[in-house]
Amino acid sequence: MYSGINISQTDARPMYLQILEQIRARVAAGDWPPGKELPSIRALAAALNVSVITIKRAYLDLESEGVIVTRHGKGSFVADVNGLAGELTEAKLDEHLNEAAALGRQLGLSEDELAARLRRAQRNLEKK
Amino acid sequence: MTNHKHLSMRGVRKNYRFFTLDDLTLELEPGQVMGFVGPNGAGKSTTLRLAIGLIAPDAGEIRVLGHDIPKNQAAAKRDVGFVSAEMRLFPHATLGWHMDFMKSIYPEWDGGYAATLVKRFNLRTEQNARSLSLGEHVKATLLLALARRPKLLILDEPTTGLDPVARHEVISEFMDVLRDESRSILFSSHNTVDVERISDTIAFIDRGRIVECSNKEDFLDRWRRIQVQLPPGTALPDLPNIVHRQIDGHFVTLTTNQFSEGLQALIGPHVTGIQRMNLEEIFVANVMHHREARGQ
Repeated sequence: MYSGINISQTDARPMYLQILEQIRARVAAGDWPPGKELPSIRALAAALNVSVITIKRAYLDLESEGVIVTRHGKGSFVADVNGLAGELTEAKLDEHLNEAAALGRQLGLSEDELAARLRRAQRNLEKK
Repeated sequence: MTNHKHLSMRGVRKNYRFFTLDDLTLELEPGQVMGFVGPNGAGKSTTLRLAIGLIAPDAGEIRVLGHDIPKNQAAAKRDVGFVSAEMRLFPHATLGWHMDFMKSIYPEWDGGYAATLVKRFNLRTEQNARSLSLGEHVKATLLLALARRPKLLILDEPTTGLDPVARHEVISEFMDVLRDESRSILFSSHNTVDVERISDTIAFIDRGRIVECSNKEDFLDRWRRIQVQLPPGTALPDLPNIVHRQIDGHFVTLTTNQFSEGLQALIGPHVTGIQRMNLEEIFVANVMHHREARGQ
């Protein structure tokens, strides 16, 4: 079903990167529109005869690039900042903030201290 | 049951007159493929035989699907499929007879799946085992194990003797098994291309010891070959994590098992190239490095 994605043994790039770039190209070309559900990690692994960990790595990197969004138990979707995928990203942000708030309480941080940590993280991101 | 490791070996030892397998520690999680790579005589088959309870260890602990091995091997074996190249079918019986035989022993036998595999592997149920080619024999033994739908598949050199097309067919079936995240595969192979492609975890074994066992992506990420051209009169600084250096006049090739930008910065501006390594190159460099370190 996803036979359009190819992995070359003579390509010097690692397998996860070859997969990642081909998915990114499909998203950029609009063949995989925003909100489209990606195959599950195990289904794509079986279709490409590639280990689960390799697909996982490709999806994780695509997620951190903002190309796809993954929700636990729901699957991975092509990201769209304004559409359905955008809502998923919003929900995901809330999830992470809730976790951060809980950890902050565990460490005994005040509201200001926690906010300062967030600002520091934002500045670190800008430096990159 | 799902919380159990599918396989765990701790401090396992097995002594033979001319060979000792020692300090063997391995873990396989459900849903994973572990590739077991080693030179001839490294102890791969011995390890797999210990795991299935065909031989008993002299020391250490082995658990398969939560059962103590070899003590409770009967319980474990219901959910474990084992295939090795040495396995022989009854020469005067047909493949169909073997399939009926398995069906009578294993209640989980999946007749529909077995019939699909016969087609996919291009086998004939009415053919006598004696007249099967080497490749057909391998595919027949794999079929008999796969159609039982075992939780853990232990495969000793499953692709040896197969032509490239048959290898592709067989590997596709393995990956199909993995669609179900409660199943797992442990397989040994000389073919590092297959191992590199489908394994989540890779264990290197040499001379009866595990050289390294780690997540595949980790392995491939850490190892690099670095080419350096030193200007006259300069020397390389002391560098950490270099497992091999080859010096030819001004040209130096370094092999590292812990590549980082920090390491590259230490070497300085004379780096002319950095290459990733494939699993075979990593395996050879790793084994040679460990043999040197152990003074062998």
